[in-house]
Amino acid sequence: MESATIPSLGTQPVEEGDLLRLLVAGSVDSGKSTLIGRLLYDAKLLLSDQIEALEKTSIDRGEDELDLSLITDGLRAEREQGITIDVAYRYFSTPQRAFIVADTPGHVTYTRNMVTGASNSDVALLLVEAPTGAVEQFRRHAAIVSMLRIPQLIVAVNKMDLVGYAQERFEAVVAELTPWVEQLEIPQVTFIPIDALGGANVVDRAESLGWYSGSTLLHELESVSVVADRNFSDYRFPVQSVIRGGGGEGGSARALAGQVAAGIMRPGDEVVVLPSGERSHIASIETLDGRLDEAWPPMAVAVRLADEIDVSRGDMLCQPGNRASVTENLTARVCWMSEKPLLAGARLLLKHTTKTVPARVDQLVHRVELDTLGAEPEPAALELNDLGVISVSTTTPICVDPYRVNRRTGAFVLIDEATGDTVAAGMVLHSDEMREPRGATNVIWQDSRTTRAQRVERLGHAGATVWLTGLPGAGKTTVAAAVEERLVASGRPAYLLDGDNLRHGLNSNLGFTEADRTENVRRTAELARLFADAGFVVLVSVVSPDADARAAARGIHDEHELPFIEVFVDAPLEVCEQRDPKGHYARARAGEIAGFTGVDAPYDSPTDPELTLDTDRLEPGEAVALLVDLISARVPDPRG
Amino acid sequence: MRRELDRIALLEAEAITIMREVAAELERPVLLFSGGKDSLVLLRIAEKAFRPGRFPFPVMHVDTGHNFPEVISYRDELIESLGERLIVASVEDSIAAGRVVDETGPGASRNRLQTVTLLDALAEHRFDSAIGGARRDEERARAKERVFSFRDRNGQWEPRLQRPELWSLYNGRIRKGESIRAFPISNWTELDVWRYIEAEGLPLPSIYFAHTREVVERDGMLLAASEYLELFEGEVPFEASVRYRTVGDMTCTGAVESIAATIPEVVAEISASTKTERGETRADDRATEAAMEDRKRTGYF
Repeated sequence: MESATIPSLGTQPVEEGDLLRLLVAGSVDSGKSTLIGRLLYDAKLLLSDQIEALEKTSIDRGEDELDLSLITDGLRAEREQGITIDVAYRYFSTPQRAFIVADTPGHVTYTRNMVTGASNSDVALLLVEAPTGAVEQFRRHAAIVSMLRIPQLIVAVNKMDLVGYAQERFEAVVAELTPWVEQLEIPQVTFIPIDALGGANVVDRAESLGWYSGSTLLHELESVSVVADRNFSDYRFPVQSVIRGGGGEGGSARALAGQVAAGIMRPGDEVVVLPSGERSHIASIETLDGRLDEAWPPMAVAVRLADEIDVSRGDMLCQPGNRASVTENLTARVCWMSEKPLLAGARLLLKHTTKTVPARVDQLVHRVELDTLGAEPEPAALELNDLGVISVSTTTPICVDPYRVNRRTGAFVLIDEATGDTVAAGMVLHSDEMREPRGATNVIWQDSRTTRAQRVERLGHAGATVWLTGLPGAGKTTVAAAVEERLVASGRPAYLLDGDNLRHGLNSNLGFTEADRTENVRRTAELARLFADAGFVVLVSVVSPDADARAAARGIHDEHELPFIEVFVDAPLEVCEQRDPKGHYARARAGEIAGFTGVDAPYDSPTDPELTLDTDRLEPGEAVALLVDLISARVPDPRG
Repeated sequence: MRRELDRIALLEAEAITIMREVAAELERPVLLFSGGKDSLVLLRIAEKAFRPGRFPFPVMHVDTGHNFPEVISYRDELIESLGERLIVASVEDSIAAGRVVDETGPGASRNRLQTVTLLDALAEHRFDSAIGGARRDEERARAKERVFSFRDRNGQWEPRLQRPELWSLYNGRIRKGESIRAFPISNWTELDVWRYIEAEGLPLPSIYFAHTREVVERDGMLLAASEYLELFEGEVPFEASVRYRTVGDMTCTGAVESIAATIPEVVAEISASTKTERGETRADDRATEAAMEDRKRTGYF
């Protein structure tokens, strides 16, 4: 069906009112798109070509009345499915105020898009349905509003027409939600009854809701006070880039470009550069329009220091007596936004202000249970859309403040290095100057009385872990067993750890969920590490499809300064499937096994293995010889 | 003293920050300039972001060969005065090279062909990111777009898999062949753009102001009569006092009747207008309900 385009919202006359950034969200079918359409239509904010197009589309679809929800849903799939998938930004003005509306999806799958819209909002409008009251998705949205510290929440109790506009029902919904909402950290919460479909109490008052004496929704939006989210008391200037040129008398030849995150900066101020700790003074604050006497958030300026000191992107200017915390360890709230669950030990990139650094998630401290807002301590994983608290360590120091003190220096995102995707929104709770041991804190490592060096010298054996990864049927165990045989025959201690064999004993309580697979790899790596420490060349043969889990296995060895050799046993899927030594492919294809790597579970090919063995091309003897040679080169036999 | 930025200053600060972030996060950005008012604002924002230094990227114009001559001369003067580097990617060249086939007939337009020229030029110069002047208030599919918009190896947009974009922490990580389109003035409205141009005293191509021109009326729009526009039977060109609200290919950009000769007069007319910018003046968006979304998916700006 072809029909006219409904243009987006056009530009309206703007009086010099203030600007309100409004988040609108509600669960699926709560009537959010209809409400926004109703708001614009009744407030006479739609232009004539928009109304014409809306009429035409509504008629084309065989609807009797204007379908106001069609004005907002912009993607083809959204109109087809009747749901909102991604956040849409809309701009309109009433005589009182200009609005930027982040119209966000309700469907749980698209919560990450709701978080995207919420992160820059001043006021949140959440819809619940009068007949049903709060559903889980409302709780999730309200918890996100609280976590992001949006100071104002308006709860629109919609579909009052379905409950006969009954005051008792409205009050029951308010009574049900209030105790739960009060546990959140949202300073102001307002409830308003409406009927978006019929238009009651959206823009105009309605007789049907005559018992209600509060504001209409539009009036509330126009009059709610916007709490400026700006911090003038601290002094924070994250350096975004360095601009060469200009300067001259008493100033550096380089200017530091950036957006003021907090405080009032003036020429002459003494500043300290973090993390280096070097000090200087501000010589001038510059813009294309001239020099400024002062700069404050969120101005974008260029700052010139009095001295030529080393400053670059990612550094932060503070004052000597008021500094951000320079840390490599922090505890933060997160909203996890990836289909791939977050597990302790995950290595990700952390982007904070203008700095991106490698980071490791040390611990999942707790997961928020939405029904009770209670905490589930140390969960096995954070799943898509879970809210929780984690501890993170970074490889280089970052300069942070708690998010509640400063949004700009307390917020970060986590990025999956392999895909480049943004996978979490993070809000700093606190930072720790000291590194805490992870896991159980009351267990102390008992050092052996024999050092590794003594062991190697007396026994004449140096250990290492050789990690063979690849699809089932690629030939990992065949190669590993042959190498083990060759090494032992030459008098070198070697031992094969086969993934399937370990699942009979040590790992017998683990299944094939992602979390279990990661734990399987972790245990195997720890075991291999102990064998290697004892002087064995350990040949680990395990599918280990997840690149992060393999990186963690390597990390365990790096931490103990033991050699780790990753070998990618590579053969095309068709070849592996044809070999099918254990008949697993056939069973997986027949649907008897679920989550089988290569069939219905992914395999991340190693990007940088020490050795790749293409078992489809190499003769078995060649593959074994290549690996034996590599081991001898990397971990020479101490006996010569 | 009350320390508040007004609306335009807020939008400007946000745009400068985004522009600097593109330059810092991506290796080879390019700024796309159409000669229109939105890309004029981009150039001004780039000056604000990088002076006294040079722009850390070149400026590129995709020339359909059917552009308004006033716009081309304006473009050359402007870039010259900025002292920056201009690259012209030409649809004419793409046609000559057999990459695209010119549409013919009265409804013909080179608007769609631009996408191929743009993608080819990005690949030729190995640009990994392109800065554009798209605004979210223009059209429904644009309302959904991120500030840092990720494109796959084919330059395509997948609206259902956009990266979350939190606070002002823009994620510019890409793998080889992937790219970012960045939109610093996403949150500006048409009126914001005009007010900024007025406040900054920026020069505009003359076609943005009322002038007398031979036009034909088609689908309720006024299209410039030119050698590039083939007429339908019964269409008779006539003279009218018009101005343009957007600048694009001559064959699909409509003019509006107007007597506004100055920016304040234009602002007054827009404020009183009962139609949206693209709805009134872009034939390309009228084709289907999802015309813009479909073009964006394949790499259009």
